[in-house]
Amino acid sequence: MNIIVCIKQILDPEMPPVKFKIDAQAKKVIAPEGIPLVISPFDEQAVEAALRIKDAQEAKVTAITMGGQSAKDAVKHVLAMGVDEGIVLSDEAFNGSDSFSTAYVLSQAIQKAGEYDLILCGRQAADWDAGQVGSIVAEELGIPVVTLARKVDATGGTVRVERVIPDGHEVVEAPLPAVVTVSSELGQARLPTGRGIVMAARKSIPVWSAQDIGCDVSRVGAGAARSEVVALTLPIHERKGEIVSGETGAQAAVNLALKLRENRII
Amino acid sequence: MSERQGVLVLAEAQEAQVAPVTTELLGLGRRLAHELSSALSALLIGSGVGGISQDVIALGADTVYVADRPELGTFNSDAYTAVATKVCREAAPSVVLMGHTSIGRDIAPRVAARLGASLSTDCVDLRVDQDTGRLLQTRPVHGGNALATIASRVHPQMATMRPRSAAPAEPDPSRNGRIIPVDTSVLDIQARVVETVREEAEGLKLEEARVVVSGGAGIDGAQGFDLIRQLASVLGGAVGATRLPCEQGWVSPSFQIGQTGKIVTPDLYIAVAVSGAPQHMAGCMGSGYIVAINNDPEAHIFKLADFGIVADYREALPALIRKCQELVSS
Ligand SMILES: Cc1cc2nc3c(=O)[nH]c(=O)nc-3n(C[C@H](O)[C@H](O)[C@H](O)COP(=O)(O)OP(=O)(O)OC[C@H]3O[C@@H](n4cnc5c(N)ncnc54)[C@H](O)[C@@H]3O)c2cc1C
Ligand SMILES: Nc1ncnc2c1ncn2[C@@H]1O[C@H](COP(=O)(O)O)[C@@H](O)[C@H]1O
Repeated sequence: MNIIVCIKQILDPEMPPVKFKIDAQAKKVIAPEGIPLVISPFDEQAVEAALRIKDAQEAKVTAITMGGQSAKDAVKHVLAMGVDEGIVLSDEAFNGSDSFSTAYVLSQAIQKAGEYDLILCGRQAADWDAGQVGSIVAEELGIPVVTLARKVDATGGTVRVERVIPDGHEVVEAPLPAVVTVSSELGQARLPTGRGIVMAARKSIPVWSAQDIGCDVSRVGAGAARSEVVALTLPIHERKGEIVSGETGAQAAVNLALKLRENRII
Repeated sequence: MSERQGVLVLAEAQEAQVAPVTTELLGLGRRLAHELSSALSALLIGSGVGGISQDVIALGADTVYVADRPELGTFNSDAYTAVATKVCREAAPSVVLMGHTSIGRDIAPRVAARLGASLSTDCVDLRVDQDTGRLLQTRPVHGGNALATIASRVHPQMATMRPRSAAPAEPDPSRNGRIIPVDTSVLDIQARVVETVREEAEGLKLEEARVVVSGGAGIDGAQGFDLIRQLASVLGGAVGATRLPCEQGWVSPSFQIGQTGKIVTPDLYIAVAVSGAPQHMAGCMGSGYIVAINNDPEAHIFKLADFGIVADYREALPALIRKCQELVSS
């Protein structure tokens, strides 16, 4: 079984909110110093889903990422987790790509990488939180997609997915090849092992350009984007943040109850 | 591009009624259609949904496309994508709206890919730019740390809307509209739902509760949630949680509130041992009042709350429960 996992390197989505800065003029987020980039958490869980399949059967797992210079670090990390091969897609032509272009680039790379049975993505990249690329990759390749997986089993030409719904889950079956997007309910991703880190350091990671994967460059980059950001702002929180005090925690709680009653909230 | 006209809403049915998010989309769609001087249509997909098409008209649609067929009774990504794409091709709207729900977030990217449309997901505000007539799509990014406003360069302009971010439409039963059946002969089903498992928690539905008491990672175990449940019960409310207690199995996953959980807008939201991460607050920001209980005076949540107390929840909650009980029964 050949499994492809699409991973994206992003700013740490759980950095303290006070560290988060933007350049409103340039409509860009300013990467804070000293906070390393991470793999989008759902993508790390997509890697975990792939490795769980590989734990149970013969499988080869390939990670693909489109990004800049540092994207190799993301690939190294997942190689150390147990992924077999990693590919970086990097080209100036890709800069400013929207979800549709990104999905096109990924699907070109997936086709070049060889045979594929299962493609795993995160439910959404935790920077722009779009949640589009996985489904569009499926559309590009003309194969089925199942979103929001909390469990993924693939055997005998079929993928069986537990898909999260608001009040439980549903079991969806699709013929392979297929795309599955992974949600946080899948559970924790494993950590790299010491041996994995050594193996990963030895592995060569190819970098493919737009030309290498036969991209029609009119379909990628900022010029091809179907929409544009016209403003980027920080949200305004208009709450007064009044601290209700008390000698002890219990007394503060009593004062809080009185306050809520006084304001007719309870 | 200029030949496209009007706003089309994907309507969802819930327990044989128009889903709350659809009522919101119809209210919003009506406003946008008015600003664009065009009509509002809706697409209703399901089995035996014909009966509620009249309600969709009362809520503002001029035209309702109805795809009614037994196979469509439960959500199927392939079938719903095929139907929505077909109707969007035929009706040629310039704006397509869906809820950012289990259904909308699944099919919107697929439909957009097939139509060559633009798509902004999880929007909290949509407006028409008076100068250009373009749809301005505002959505939280970076987990809610920032808000981006996006404008499309292509048509149709598609958006999924976060539940509870637009005012619901008021029904007007005297409204008239057209009902157009959709040909559903080609559904292209590849992936099938073979089983549905409901894990709905007992008691009040989170989305309908007037009071929600949520516990965070600081609760530190399933047992601590007893106090959360007691406070919720005294206030006639429901229990929610941040992601960690759900992941740890202290409460059911369906309790999760936030960007990737449920969106609630009660009159009162009490967050206990919750730090105030933007991805969590995304799910409760629209609440009437927010109250925080946290033992760290520096916790970010105090900036996002109306009232707060700095206290260990184990000490504060028993006293709060007792006092609230006394106050609400007096
Ligand atoms: C893409 C993405 C999506 C996400 N989606 C969601 C989502 O939908 N919902 C969600 O909730 N999270 C979500 N998260 C996670 C989110 O970023 C935070 O990690 C999470 O909300 C933090 O939960 P918490 O506040 O319970 O825990 P923590 O941040 O660990 O905070 C615990 C708090 O409890 C306080 N505390 C500890 N002990 C006590 C005590 N005895 N008494 C009183 N206070 C105490 C501490 O001071 C602290 O402030 C998402 C993250 C990502 C990256
Ligand atoms: N630049 C990228 N490189 C590799 N995979 C990506 C990239 N962008 C998005 N993806 C994949 O697509 C998923 C959804 O992304 P998005 O639609 O941007 O939220 C992510 O979780 C990744 O699995």
